[in-house]
Parts: sequence; C-alpha cells; structure tokens
Amino acid sequence: MKTLNITNTIKLVAILFISTFTLSSCSDDQDDELDHGSEEELITTVTYTLTSGNDVVNLIFTDLTGGSLDDATYEVSGSLSANTTYTGVLKLENATESPAENITLEVKAEGDEHEFFFASSIADLTIEKTDTDVNGNPIGIETSVSTGNAGTGTITIVLKHEPTKPNDGISANAGGSTDAEVTFNISVQ
Amino acid sequence: MKLFYYCVFVCCLYTTTSAQKCNLSFKGKVTDFHDSSIIIGASLQIENSNKYATTDFDGLFEFNNICAGKYTIIIKHVACDTKRISISITEDTFKDITLEHHLNELNEVIVKTNTKTEITSVEQSLKKAAIDNFTDKSLGDALSTLSGVSSLNTGNSIVKPMIHGLHSSRLLLINNNVRMFDQEWGDEHAPNIDINASERITVVKGANTLKYGSDAIGGLILIEPKKYAVKDSLFGSTISSFNSNGFGGNINSEIVKTYKSGLFAKLQANYKQFGDFKAPDYYLTNSGLKSINTSFRIGYNGYEKGFSAYYSFVDNEFAILQSSHIGNVNDLVNAINNREPRVIEDFSYDINFPKQAITHHLAKIEAYKRIKGFGKLSVQYDLQINRRQEFDLRRGDLRNTPVIDLRLFTNSLQTDLEIDYSDELKLNTGILVRYQQNDAISGTGTNPLIPDFDKYEAGAFATANYKLNFDTEFNAGFRYDFSRIDARKNYNLNDWQETYNYDELFPEFETGVINGTRISTKPEFTFHNFSASLGFSKSFENDISLFINYGLASRMPNPSELFSDGLHHSAARIETGLLTINKEIANNFIVSLERNNDDFGFVISPYYKYIDGFIQLIPVGITTTIRGAFPVWEHNQIDARIFGIDVDVNKKISKRFNYKGNISLLKGDNLSDDIALIHMPSTSFTNSISYTNKELNLLTVSLQNKTVLQQNQFPDYNFNTFNAIQQQDVFVDISSTPPAYSLFNIQTSAVFKAFKKGSLKLEFNVDNLFDVSYRENLNRLRYFADELGRNFNIKIKINY
Repeated sequence: MKTLNITNTIKLVAILFISTFTLSSCSDDQDDELDHGSEEELITTVTYTLTSGNDVVNLIFTDLTGGSLDDATYEVSGSLSANTTYTGVLKLENATESPAENITLEVKAEGDEHEFFFASSIADLTIEKTDTDVNGNPIGIETSVSTGNAGTGTITIVLKHEPTKPNDGISANAGGSTDAEVTFNISVQ
Repeated sequence: MKLFYYCVFVCCLYTTTSAQKCNLSFKGKVTDFHDSSIIIGASLQIENSNKYATTDFDGLFEFNNICAGKYTIIIKHVACDTKRISISITEDTFKDITLEHHLNELNEVIVKTNTKTEITSVEQSLKKAAIDNFTDKSLGDALSTLSGVSSLNTGNSIVKPMIHGLHSSRLLLINNNVRMFDQEWGDEHAPNIDINASERITVVKGANTLKYGSDAIGGLILIEPKKYAVKDSLFGSTISSFNSNGFGGNINSEIVKTYKSGLFAKLQANYKQFGDFKAPDYYLTNSGLKSINTSFRIGYNGYEKGFSAYYSFVDNEFAILQSSHIGNVNDLVNAINNREPRVIEDFSYDINFPKQAITHHLAKIEAYKRIKGFGKLSVQYDLQINRRQEFDLRRGDLRNTPVIDLRLFTNSLQTDLEIDYSDELKLNTGILVRYQQNDAISGTGTNPLIPDFDKYEAGAFATANYKLNFDTEFNAGFRYDFSRIDARKNYNLNDWQETYNYDELFPEFETGVINGTRISTKPEFTFHNFSASLGFSKSFENDISLFINYGLASRMPNPSELFSDGLHHSAARIETGLLTINKEIANNFIVSLERNNDDFGFVISPYYKYIDGFIQLIPVGITTTIRGAFPVWEHNQIDARIFGIDVDVNKKISKRFNYKGNISLLKGDNLSDDIALIHMPSTSFTNSISYTNKELNLLTVSLQNKTVLQQNQFPDYNFNTFNAIQQQDVFVDISSTPPAYSLFNIQTSAVFKAFKKGSLKLEFNVDNLFDVSYRENLNRLRYFADELGRNFNIKIKINY
C-alpha cells in the first residue's frame, strides 16, 4: 500500500467515469416514454343511469385529459319526471385505456374503503344508497332516487377514498380524499 | 549550488575511501517538504544503535564510522511528523531528506484555529458531541440549533435544512467531499444523510465556497469525517437511544482500526425505528419511520500521498401522516377547519400509505499526492444512486405501486490542485465533470412528476488566499460552470399549445409525435454560470475577529422548476414547472464580528442578499379536475431581497454555570410584487443555562428555551373556491400563519469509567417539557396536526 501508484489510481478513476457513460448510454431504459403515457388511475367517464320502467335518463360526464375540466362534457339525456322513484346505477370508466377500464368494479371490491356521496340543490329530490359493503355500510353504486315537485338544479356526485364509515351521509364530515367530484344540471318536470 | 559541492565532496570521498568496511559516512540534508526550507535542529537516529546526529544551520547532518549494511533512520523534529526511512549503505552516502510541517492534517485536529473551510468564511460547526445528541434525529434537526438555520418540515421526520430562509437546490450539501444529489429539489425531500457517520458538520453562510459549486445561493453544509492519528489503534463506540414519544430510538455502532503506516478503516452501522409519534392531545397516526444506514471507509493517510475510499448506504422509510392525504381543495378546507386530524388511531409501528421509501448509495474514491515545494494534487471519482418511491392511497391493483418512482444516477470526476508552498499566497484550483441521469421508472401508472433526463456538467474554479500580515487575510475566487440538460417529456397537447404557448416558444423541442392528447417533446437547455467571491478577515486584540464576505452565485433551474407537472396529493395542489424559467443570480453580503472566548464570546452576523430572478413556487389559480378543485402552484421568477442578522452569545456566569443564547431575525421581500416572500422563517431565539461539574463525573445539566414568534410577514395567497355540494364559494386560508410558541427542554448527562480505557456516558433528556401544543409555519403538514408533545429520552454511549 505504501507503494501506492498515484497515476494508476487516477487511471482507474478515469476508467470508472468513462465506463459509466458507456453503460448508461447502452442501458435499455432510455426509451420508455411510451409506458409513461397513460394515467391508469384516471376516471374519465362517470355515467349515472336513472331508470324507472321505460323512462331512462343518462347523466354522462366525460373528460379524457384528466387535467382541467375545460374540455369536459356533461351530457344529460333528458329531464326527470316529478314524483317518481328511479333506480340509479353509477359507472366509472377510464376510457383512455382500450377497452375502457371499468373502475366501478374496483370501487365495489374495496367497498369498505370507498363511498359515494350525493347532494342535490333541488329541495325535495332525495337519493338513498341501496347497496352495502362487507361491514353493512352504504357504498352508493346503486341508489334509489325519488323526485318530488318540478324544479331545476344540480346533482353532485362525490366519490371518497377512505372516508370515515359509517358517517352521517354528508361528504364534508366524512373526511377521506376525493377521487371524483362531478356536478350535473338537471330538471324535474 | 550547495548540493553540487556536496556531490563533488561525496565523489571525492568515494574515490579515496574504498572497501573500508566500517569507515563509511552517511551525510545529508533535511528540508521541509512543503517549501524546501532548511530544517534546523532535526534529530536523526540510526535505529537500534546509539548513533545520533542533529542538523546544523544549513540543515546538514553527518554520521561517521558506520559499517556497510541496511539501516533504518528515524528523523524527528519538534514541529514535524516523525519520519522513518530505510537506507542501504555500501559506500559513503549523501541523501536529501524531507520532513513535513503539517502535523495537524495527519492527526486529529489539534489546533483550534484554522479549521475553517476558508479562512475568511462565515461559518458555524457542530462537533461530534453535539451530533451525538441528535443520533436518533435528522440532519435538519441538528442544524436548526444553529443561529440563522431553520428547517422546512413535512411532519416531524422529513426535515429539510434551511439557511437564511433558503433551502433545496440553493444549499449545497457536501458529504465526505461529495456533493449530494438526492432529488433535493422537492420541498418534502429530506437529505439522505445519516448524521451518525459524520464527525463534524459545518454550515457556511453565504456563497463563498466556490470549490463545491457556483449555485450555493443560501450556503453550504459540509459533512466531514474524522481524520485519524497515524498510530496502531483499535477503537469504537456504541450509542443507543430510547424515546417515549414514538416508542423508538436507534442504535449506532462504529469501529475504527488505524495503523502506524497510515492505513485506516472504519465501519459504521445504524438502525433507527419509531412508531406513531404523539402530539400532546392525540397520536399522529402513520408518522413512524424506519431507517437503516451503514458506511465503510478505508484509506491510506500518508503525507506525500494517500487515498481513501468511502461507501455509504441509506435506506429510509417515512410514514406520512394519514390525515394529510386529501383529495381536493374542499378536503383541505375541511382539514383546516377541523383543527384535529381526521384519522386518530391507537399507537402502531406500522408504516402505511402514504409513505416515502428512499435508498441512497454513495461511493467515492479519492487519491492525493503532494508535490515537493509546490502543493497538493488530488483527484476524486464519486457515484451516487438515489431511488425515491412515494406511495399514496390508491385503488385496486395499483395499491402497492408507488405514485412517484424516480432513480437518479450521478457520477463525477474532479481534480483539485492546492498550491500552498508560499505562506502568504495560497491558491486552489480545480476542474470537474459530471454526468447525471434521471430515470422516471415505468409502471407507476401515472405521468411522472419529473421526466427522464440526462444532464452534463463541467466546471472550473480558482481561489486565492492572500495573507497580508499575521492578522489580515484576503480571499478571492472565480468559478465557471457549464451545464446541459436533455429531457424527454410528454405534455398534454392542450397545455403545450394553448396554456403555455410552447408550440411557438419552443417548436424545436417537438418530436412530431402526437399520441392522442399527449405530445412527445425533447426539451434541451444549456446554461453558463459564473460565480465569484471576495473575502476579508482581520483579527484584533481580545480574541475579536471580523469577517466580510461578498459572493456572486448563479443557479440554473432544477428539473422540478422546469418540468414538474402534476398533482401532488399530500399537498392537494397541482405543481407546474415552466420551460421559460431562467437561472437565478444572487448577490450575497455577509459580515461577522466574532469573539471566540469561553468567558464571554459572541458572533454578530448581519447579511443581505439580493436575488435576481428568484424562482419561487406560489399558488396562481385553481384548476378543477374530475377529483374536484385544486390550487395550481406555479414556479415563477421575481426579484427578491433577504436580509437579517444572527447573534450568538456565550457567557461564563461562574465556574460551573454557563449561559448560551442566540437570536435570528430575517426579512424576505418579493420586490417585484412588493409583498413578503413565501415560506420565510420567523424570528426565533434560544436561551440555555448549563451547569457542569468536572469533578463529579462531568455532570452536566442544562435547561433550554426556544421561542419562535409568529410570522407576520407573509404573502396572502388565500382564495375562494366553489363548493359543489354546498353550491357556494368557500374561503381557503392557506396563508395565515400559526401563533408563536415557546418550548423548554432539559438535558442531563454524566460520564463514567468503564472497562479498562473506555467510558460510559449516560444522558437523560426531556423535550417539550410542558407538553405544549403548537404548530410551525414551516411544516407543510401544519394544516392537519399539531407538532410533537413531550418526549423523554435516554441515551447511553460507550466508548471502547
């Protein structure tokens, strides 16, 4: 060790440096932009289907970018009938994947960690959750929607991840983090 | 010329005295290796004999009547390291021998003075004893005990040091002479350093350390290992710590072997684990941590030449307060209004989501050679691999997949030449090349926050230190850095064309590939950075000295400032970098008047920084996504001014009582908008009184108080957001600062003899004695929970 050769050490150091250049430029993970492209957790489409016999109303939200809602579309197929009870079914999809991924299935499978919350600005429109998770608490994929008198307003649907369950049915009090929040303008006639 | 005569003389001797077996002479001259000056009065001995000689006024010595054979000569001089040389004598011989005056470089630091990074720099250090107090804490915790240093925290275990309000890429962190690259750009990315591996941590305030880089706008943190004495020895220490808060602690052991030849080796390992910490009123569910660190160092510590190799591995896993995981701005409003974390569970050691898992490898090899009468040349290669994984609460199959998974590879080669043969003028110059590669690892199922990039850097610097007379020194330096960054990133087509107008600003970055709503681009940037420093120091009577520093530093934008683009869950915000961001340039002035005296000492250090193009991350608006509304935080550039003063005082009250105190005042202004700068530390002061009894097992009892005042100078970035459920606007108060707080700590320690030569140190400490509930403005999780409550701590340190 006393005969340590400084030039050899410098050479070694230089070789190490150059070799990392070579190695890194050969490595195959350089061109993996393609698999960076998809946002897998994205919810692009929210479909709320309200059915009462032959009366079917679809509320469809679509935003394929996942970013700001500037490009988002809200499609309401028609108005709801007054004093009617509808069966509501929610479907969440990621349409950037092909075929579109059905996220509702994931939410259902992890029902004890998720819950939908509904709120409407129309006073006598009520939405009740009819499905339950493994602990017997509501999830909200399936609902029963009762309309009262005619009027116009909004329905807001919020999906929370890890809310406090059970809760008082108000999303603000349930905590958790919001995975989706969509508001539709509707009318009851 | 003298040498020539001696050669002639020796030759003559040779011709006249041949084959006389025990009538040979051995003569020579002893000079200083460093500057070739003559060494007078050096003693020489032929080992295992009673033959001695001493050098005369010309540095000459002479042994007569010696027999042919092999000898070992021992050369000693009072101010030099003892040297042994082997010589084979078959004839009359003359030999030049060099000795070194640099005893303090080879041994543990003996002299108190001149341990500074630059003689003229303004700096403060933590030594091993102080570092040991933080064995189970982080680098940021240890440093924030120094005046002018604070920290930006995420919870209580992710602690980022801050010097004069500046952090992240504006601080250089030098670990074992290697500049750390561990994705330091993020607010919630703490340095991956195990402080137990270090002997001394120095904070250099201001931008006067060009050797390490041109971008030290805030300053520099230097983490140094110990220099070992050149002797045969084996020693080590073990320190273990236990804490009541978090029911955890750590154990750290190190063992060192040194040899007389100059060889040494050190092995150190550390394990740390904590469960959920507790605020005074509740457990901070999911706030534990687990950390494994190890380091190994081997080297040859010669005077003329030497080498060292170092490897360290850090593996950290930090749980992040579960309550801080929120979805959108309405969740944030709920959290702010509730005042208590939404998830409070019983104590647990589990580290659940969200969490960070980080590994950092650092390896280096360094060699040096001193050139007689000139200086020292050293060359170093270092390599770092940093892997950062951030896990969030996710759905379905992605549950165990990190949201962020980045691997940063950095390696650099640098040479450094110190020309120090002259006592008055010392020069230091060096060059550096560095290559860095970031790989956003695929499979996270998200668009990476930081894209893939390659970065190339080259730099050169020169500094000069001129000693005008025994009490006055000047220092000046210059540095140039070239850097180029080649990135590959997919942008949202709408953002590229409409939002940021990049299609017109940077058409050259487009690759022509558009995949649905995404456009593939290759942004490339080149920067030239210049930096300079000027320093002055003067010593006066009564241990008083004055330091004046000016530093010009420039920093290129980091990848996060250029490219970051996406949702940051834990912060409930969208963070956006901008390709239009340019470098920032800082002018730093710092003055320090110091009295280094145990009876009464002080440091008064005012500073002023003007930063042109200061890059800040501030809320600029709201974007509504499928997840709801989020504030958009965008990087922008403004002109900023930061000024303040740090004051430290120490006073010996009586033989056994000492007082220490410091105060830090700072004001940061955004001059472009005429408002305060965001995230600036508020005024804080610390007072401590300690009792030390050297006769009674070095018993020390100290009481400390730290008070942090409310930050009243903050920019108002509060905003209103529409709450869809309530169908009305709600106010989001993200700017208001928490009130002032005052904490008391008690530290006690005693040292006992143990084993034959070893010692045992026992410590008992209480943090937050009065269990005060408080929140800190510079904690990113301050919206969600209180800081830690009372903690009892026991430490045992054994030296052997």
